Amino acid sequence: MADELAKYREALADGNPADLLEVKGESLWAEKRGPKNASLEQCDMGLGPGKLEGAYASLPKYFKDTNKVMDVESRLVHCMMTLQGFTQEEVTKNWYSKPGKESDIEALVTFIGAKSNGMKINVPATHPEEAKMAKMGEYIFYRRSGPQDFSCSICHGQEGKRIRLQDLGNLTTKEGAGFAMKTWPSYRVSQGAVWTMQRRLIDCMRQARWPEPNYLADSIIALETYLQKNATGTVMETPGIKR
Amino acid sequence: MGNPMKIRAASKDGVTEVKVLISHEMETGQRKDAAGAIVPAWFITELTAKHGDKVVLSSEFGSSVSKNPYLAFKFKGGAKGEKVIVSWKDNKGDTRTDEAAIG
Amino acid sequence: MNNQRRTVLKSGSGAALLGMLAAAGIITPGMALADWNKAAFDAKSMADTLKALGAGQPADSKDVQVTGPDIAENGAVVPVGVASTLPNVSMVAILIEKNPNALAASFVLPEGTEANVQTRVKMGQTSNVYALVKSDGKFFMATKEIKVTLGGCGG
Repeated sequence: MADELAKYREALADGNPADLLEVKGESLWAEKRGPKNASLEQCDMGLGPGKLEGAYASLPKYFKDTNKVMDVESRLVHCMMTLQGFTQEEVTKNWYSKPGKESDIEALVTFIGAKSNGMKINVPATHPEEAKMAKMGEYIFYRRSGPQDFSCSICHGQEGKRIRLQDLGNLTTKEGAGFAMKTWPSYRVSQGAVWTMQRRLIDCMRQARWPEPNYLADSIIALETYLQKNATGTVMETPGIKR
Repeated sequence: MGNPMKIRAASKDGVTEVKVLISHEMETGQRKDAAGAIVPAWFITELTAKHGDKVVLSSEFGSSVSKNPYLAFKFKGGAKGEKVIVSWKDNKGDTRTDEAAIG
Repeated sequence: MNNQRRTVLKSGSGAALLGMLAAAGIITPGMALADWNKAAFDAKSMADTLKALGAGQPADSKDVQVTGPDIAENGAVVPVGVASTLPNVSMVAILIEKNPNALAASFVLPEGTEANVQTRVKMGQTSNVYALVKSDGKFFMATKEIKVTLGGCGG
């Protein structure tokens, strides 16, 4: 059965609908939009204005201009607000797609992610602010909470666990965290949409029966920082395609 | 209408393999939304692929073809640089045509 | 609505009727096209679908194959295809026995196009999947069961 599952995943890999979104994201990046009629080409995702190669793989990171640790999505929203003049509400209204309602954020993140394909995840979290976020993420990862007294670590803190047919990675190791992090953003065939890491983690909270955090919440960026730090050194394979 | 298709066409040993990815909801008309109302059917019904002027595949889809349809097929002939043209039409009358050069 | 229906019913010609139905939003323009085999796609059972395709009772053939994995991690996207080594294949189709409508897709293959087509379909549950092939004017078929599993979280 494991062989047939591998065959299934392989059959999906050639022909990932996320590629369609990547193309859309590329044109959205270069298109002059918003009240300021500007493109995003001067957006600094951490490696300098407009430099996207490897940017996704090195986020989240500390940004001086905002005095904040930001992930790809919070930084992108920041750019759309400062460069293009959109309000936060306008930018984040469709932060994920619904049938018939596309999301610019999904497309742009898919495009930015693809620019790190084949590159190593590199989030050492050495800046004090980054180290603080990674620590906070680790705390959230182990913290039991909610009506089921659940934590991330109950499912994702040991080897050899699974839910039904899906293996659950041990996110506390480089191998496990790397396997999980390297394929995002990812096209979820069960949802017919690309999911960003924000959506993945917010939905994890929902599945753990925790109150859902807001989009771009610091708690999510903290978890991302912790997981990317654990995954550091793993080669990105993005956009991914998953169940 | 709709987003562009992704068409890949590669010739090898006198055979051209075509792979097409299409952006489309492919709603079955049998699903209910959160409010309990039926989501109307919206799916591609016909797709035609041409090599230059010659039709190399004509297909009819039902609503059970997956969202963002994928299609792969092979035809004899086709040289590098020649065009493969794919068109679809959906049940709302929307159409889209894209092309790619054989690589 | 009632008025509209009466007008439709009164109008005699078929083409006018279709036009009226389309205008009233009862059927959409694409549906009214003659070339899409509505009868075959609307058929529910395997037998009715084969009849609508003019395939009658196809013979089982070892030279026809349902391609793709035996198991799908999610029924929304099941990679499946038809391949055949029979001569002069002019049409292939994919049928899923337990779907609400069995026919998923049909393909007309002009001369020079190989009898090897892959696509992805939705399956509501584990089911037999049939590959139908028309070779030298006769219909042949092959089947395999594809299992659809329920998922946990999506990694």
